[in-house]
Amino acid sequence: MLHIYCPHCEEYREEEEFRPKGEAHIARPKAPEETDDAAWGDYLFFRKNPRGVHHEQWLHAAGCRKFFNVTRHTVSYEILETYKVGQQPTARTTDKGGAK
Amino acid sequence: MSDLAIFDVNPAARIKSESPLSMSRATVSTLRLPQGAGVVIRERAFLGHLVLRGRVSDSAFVAGVEETLGLSLPLKAGGLSIGGKDEASIQWVSPDEWLIIVASGREFETETRLRACLAGHFAVMNVSGGQTVLELAGPAVREVLMKCTPYDVHPRNFPVGKGVSAVFAKSNAIIRRVADERWELVVRRSFADYLYRWVLDASEEFGVYVAE
Repeated sequence: MLHIYCPHCEEYREEEEFRPKGEAHIARPKAPEETDDAAWGDYLFFRKNPRGVHHEQWLHAAGCRKFFNVTRHTVSYEILETYKVGQQPTARTTDKGGAK
Repeated sequence: MSDLAIFDVNPAARIKSESPLSMSRATVSTLRLPQGAGVVIRERAFLGHLVLRGRVSDSAFVAGVEETLGLSLPLKAGGLSIGGKDEASIQWVSPDEWLIIVASGREFETETRLRACLAGHFAVMNVSGGQTVLELAGPAVREVLMKCTPYDVHPRNFPVGKGVSAVFAKSNAIIRRVADERWELVVRRSFADYLYRWVLDASEEFGVYVAE
C-alpha cells in the first residue's frame, strides 16, 4: 500500500482512497480551430508512458474529492512530491528518483 | 438573496417519513440492556443536512455563515464545529465544501437564512434525504472503527472535535469524534443498510446494544 500525501487534506492517506487519473500538465491548444489534426490528435489521445519519473493527476476520491498532481517514479513507485493543480513541480522528469 | 426558486422539501402535511434504516434489522445477537455494552448504536434519523460551498478567500462569505449559524466555519482540514444554536454542526469536507447538520425540521429555515445572508459565488443544497447519521458510543468504539477503516483513529491522530471523510468498510463515510467515547458516522442513504449491518457485525464481539 502507498501512503499518499493529499495537499488539500494536509495529511497522509491510504492508497485505497485515491484514483489515478493519468498524465498531468496537458495544455489544451489555445486556438483549436487553427490546430492541425496531428497536433489535436496528440492533445486528445496520445499520452506519455515513461519508464521513470512521471507527473500524474490523482483524485482523492474518498476524501476531499479534489484533483491534485503527483510526481511518481513508474518503476519504483516512489512518490517524489504531491502538489495542487495549478502549481509547478519541483522534481524534473530527468531526476533519478528511486530507480532500482 | 439569490434569485432562485427554493421550497421546503418537507411539506407540513403529515406524510409518513422513513429513515434509510427503517427496513434494517439487527442480524447479530444484541444485548438487552445498554449496561456493559462495548458499543451502543443509535441512528440519528431525520436531521437536516445541508451542503455548503463557497470561497474561503471571500471574507463576507465566511462572516455570513458564522453569523447565520453562530458557529465558526472550520477552515482547516478535519475541522468540525459543534454547538451554537440548535446543536448545529459544520464539518470541513474539502477546501471549498462543508457539511452543515442541523436539528430535524430546521433545514429549510437554515437554508433560507443562509441564502438571505450570503451573496456572490456560493451554493447551499439540502441533502437531508440523501444521508443519515449513525452514532456509536461506548468503550469499544475505537476498536470497532479500527476494524472498519484504514484511517488512523488513535487519539493522537484523532482528537475530539475532528471529522474526516474516509474509506469505511469498502465504502465511504464521514467519521466524526464528538466526545471521548462517542463517534458519529455520516453515511449515504444507499449504503446505510449495508454499513449498519457491517458495524453491527463488527461490534458483536464487544457486546452491542441497539438504542432507539
